[in-house]
Amino acid sequence: MAMTQDEVFGKVQEVLEDALGVDDDEVTPDAKLVGDLGAESIDFLDIVFRLEKAFDIKIEQSELFPENVLNDPKYVNDGEVTDTGMEELRKRLPHADLSEFEQSRKVEDFSNVFTVDAIVKFVQTKLG
Amino acid sequence: MRWIWIDRILSLDRGERCVAIKNIAAGEDVLFDHFPAHGDRPAQPVLPNTLIIEGMAQTAGILVGHANDFAEKVILAKIGRATFTADARPGYTLRHTATLDRLDASGAATTGVTELLDPATGEATPLATIELMFSHIDHNRAGLAFPEHNFVFTSQFMDLLRDAGVK
Repeated sequence: MAMTQDEVFGKVQEVLEDALGVDDDEVTPDAKLVGDLGAESIDFLDIVFRLEKAFDIKIEQSELFPENVLNDPKYVNDGEVTDTGMEELRKRLPHADLSEFEQSRKVEDFSNVFTVDAIVKFVQTKLG
Repeated sequence: MRWIWIDRILSLDRGERCVAIKNIAAGEDVLFDHFPAHGDRPAQPVLPNTLIIEGMAQTAGILVGHANDFAEKVILAKIGRATFTADARPGYTLRHTATLDRLDASGAATTGVTELLDPATGEATPLATIELMFSHIDHNRAGLAFPEHNFVFTSQFMDLLRDAGVK
C-alpha cells in the first residue's frame, strides 16, 4: 500500500535527525537543510544513503542534488545560473520549488532550494 | 610516529567485512597523557576514544578501498555515530569489525563494532559501535586539486594486507 504524505514525512524526519543530529521539532517542512539544519556537503551523501535504506529505493546522488549542473560552465555564467541552466534544473528537480532561487540565480544561494518538503516530494516521486 | 592504529588484519571479505586488531601497549606515548596521575588520583591509562575511532576508520577504509582495488582515494568524511561502553586499557586487545553498508562512485557507509579482548580469559566484551562515511575524493573535489598518486593507501597499509595474505 502506498505511503501517505505524513508517513513519508515522518521517515524523512527520522533520516534528517540521524544524519544531521537535529531535533524533530527543527525538521519542519519549510526548514532549509543547509541554512536551518546545518547540513554540509558530505551530509548530502549521508542523506541519500539513509533515504535509500529507509524507503528501500535506489537514488543516484545527482538525482537529488544536481551538483554537476552547477559545476558545468554550460549552465553557469559568472557565478549565476543561465536560462539554459534554469531549464535544466527544472527538468532535473521537479520536486523542488525554484521560484525563490529564480530571483537570485546565484550558485551560492542554490542550497536554499533543499527544504525538508523538497526531500519529501522527491521521495514520493521515487515511490511512485 | 607512524599513524597506524591497527596492528594486524585478521580477515577481509571483499566488499563485505574487514576484521582487524590493535594491541594496547602500556608504553604507548599517548597513554602517559591520557590520563596522568593528579594529586591523590593515580594515573589512568586509557586509549582515547578518538584513536579507537581512527582504528575503526583504518579498518573500514581498507574494506572500502579494497572493494575498488585501491583505485579510489578513500577519505573519512563523517562520523555518523560513535557509542562507547567500556575503557580500552593496556594489556587488552581491540578487535574492530567493519561492515560495508553502502558503496557507490561518491563514497561509502560502514557500520563497525569494536570489542575488547582480554588475553587472560579470552573473553570479548563490546566496547563501541561506530558508524562512518567515506568520500572518494576524486568524485567530490568541490574545485580542489589533490595529488594524482594514492596518498591514502600508503605502504604501511599495504604491508598489513600483505602480511595478512590479502591479494
